Amino acid sequence: MFDFCIDPQNLDGFYWWSCYLTTGKHISFYTSFFVVFALLIVTVPLILLFGFLGAIARQSRIYPIRIFGITYTSVVRGVPDIIFFLFVPIALDQGIEYLRHKFKCSEWVEPIRQGNDFVVCQIAKMPMGSSDQWIHDTYGFFLAALAFSIVFGAFAANTIHGAINAVPPAQIETGVAYGMTRKQIFIRIQLPQMWAYALPGLSNLWMILIKATPLLFLLGVQDIVYWARELGGTKTARFTYPHSDWRLGYFIVLLVFYLFLSWVSEIFFNKLTLKVSKGQATLNGTVGGTIDYISVSDDEVRNS
Amino acid sequence: MSCLQTLTDYGLRSIGQGVRGLPKSDITLCDQFVLIGSGMIWNVYFAIIALFFGFFAATAIAFAKNSPQAILRVPSSIFIFILRGSPLFIQFFIVYETFVLFPKIGIDLNLIFMEITVETRWLTRAWLGALIVLFLNTTAYSAQIFYGAIQSVPLGDIEAAQALGLTNKQINKRIIWPTMLRLAWASYTNEAIFLFHATALVFFSSFPAWQQKGDALYYASYFADKTFNPFVPYPIIAMYFIIFTIIIILIFNSINKKLNKHL
Repeated sequence: MFDFCIDPQNLDGFYWWSCYLTTGKHISFYTSFFVVFALLIVTVPLILLFGFLGAIARQSRIYPIRIFGITYTSVVRGVPDIIFFLFVPIALDQGIEYLRHKFKCSEWVEPIRQGNDFVVCQIAKMPMGSSDQWIHDTYGFFLAALAFSIVFGAFAANTIHGAINAVPPAQIETGVAYGMTRKQIFIRIQLPQMWAYALPGLSNLWMILIKATPLLFLLGVQDIVYWARELGGTKTARFTYPHSDWRLGYFIVLLVFYLFLSWVSEIFFNKLTLKVSKGQATLNGTVGGTIDYISVSDDEVRNS
Repeated sequence: MSCLQTLTDYGLRSIGQGVRGLPKSDITLCDQFVLIGSGMIWNVYFAIIALFFGFFAATAIAFAKNSPQAILRVPSSIFIFILRGSPLFIQFFIVYETFVLFPKIGIDLNLIFMEITVETRWLTRAWLGALIVLFLNTTAYSAQIFYGAIQSVPLGDIEAAQALGLTNKQINKRIIWPTMLRLAWASYTNEAIFLFHATALVFFSSFPAWQQKGDALYYASYFADKTFNPFVPYPIIAMYFIIFTIIIILIFNSINKKLNKHL
């Protein structure tokens, strides 16, 4: 990085550190922080989408859809998220390859599951074996993001379902009295007002989502945990920058990063709660006080 | 090999009893059910011990955070903030790396007290090291729930107790604590469920599964790797977790009934 970094053996103190912290691998470490934000940006809209679909399915008048909605939200809540993170990407991967195989190689007669192997024809591979490494990485990242969205979508569905039903019934009766249809009542009365009720649950969910991001490492994504382990491990004298086991130090950096992220989010959501509840028939809206969204509520969830 | 044979071979495999080698080829459905179920012993062990000790520690820290004295309030608030604000996954890493460094640091001390060398070795094992992390983690989350509940205790109740001449200690013990438990119980049930789910992370973070003695997820992912078929082991472990989650809900609801008996 710097001119004086050519011969690190003879450096010490400040110069050694300024060279050590700007090596190529360290730059990869710094950029991997964006992987965390990329995951958050990709998953949040999907989580809200799954949440809405789940909540609508739960109160559908069509029986199979209602059963599906209830099963989706309760099964995901009853099982550790890490199991879904391990299961969903590989299941999706095999599902996609299975379908591609059926379409593209319909002349194959051999079974796809041969003992302990999963065999599809070459052109059904997803992504193609000949693709660049970054395509494989991106594909893996999106499968992981989808797994996150499915899990957190179930939690969001629960919160949104509760929030839709928390809109005072008198207002819905008023809508009925005016001759609105079910759809109109939902779009004009329930949807605009539910946010104030959903916000405590959704902000809590955001905090949990932040804290679930290091699990990306378990899915093979080169995220901050991967680089912290990589860089922190003991480097013998063969390396340009030899040092002992510094993983503890690197993980403390990650700890501080997450604490900072939680702290900033907490301040942001406290402000947003005040804003959204203006004029609402809640304690926040009328009295103007703040409700600590992490305090006691039936909907409180937490996770890794 | 009959399923009964598998049960005697692998039923207690996760705690080191039975056959040493894990099934490698011709993995049957029975193998998967038995071994994953065997791994659940670890999950239940972590959950019960961490929740039991965590409950008392959380009560103490919740009252400390509510204390007017800064010397009690500030450290407990910091403790809660750090453990609730960071991922459990990172906490596992940090604590493990710290414990790994322990014996190296403690050499001077160990020349005089020989036992300490032995004890620090155990800290890097999951049964103690991971348990400490889970205990600290659930303590922080429960303490925040209890603290929120203390703040919601009706002021009238406390004033009534003061009017009757109860001391502060008596008010804490007879008025605030029981009311706090009642108010917090729904959230605390959730916390217990999520702590139980968090136990699945133990062998997936830094703590190695010594001699392949791991928890349910350790075996489930072992089978998923070996058979390259995720559609069998993961639904099995999901089923186990749902069953135990229902048991937790039943236990906590029956306690909740006792807490609300007088109402």
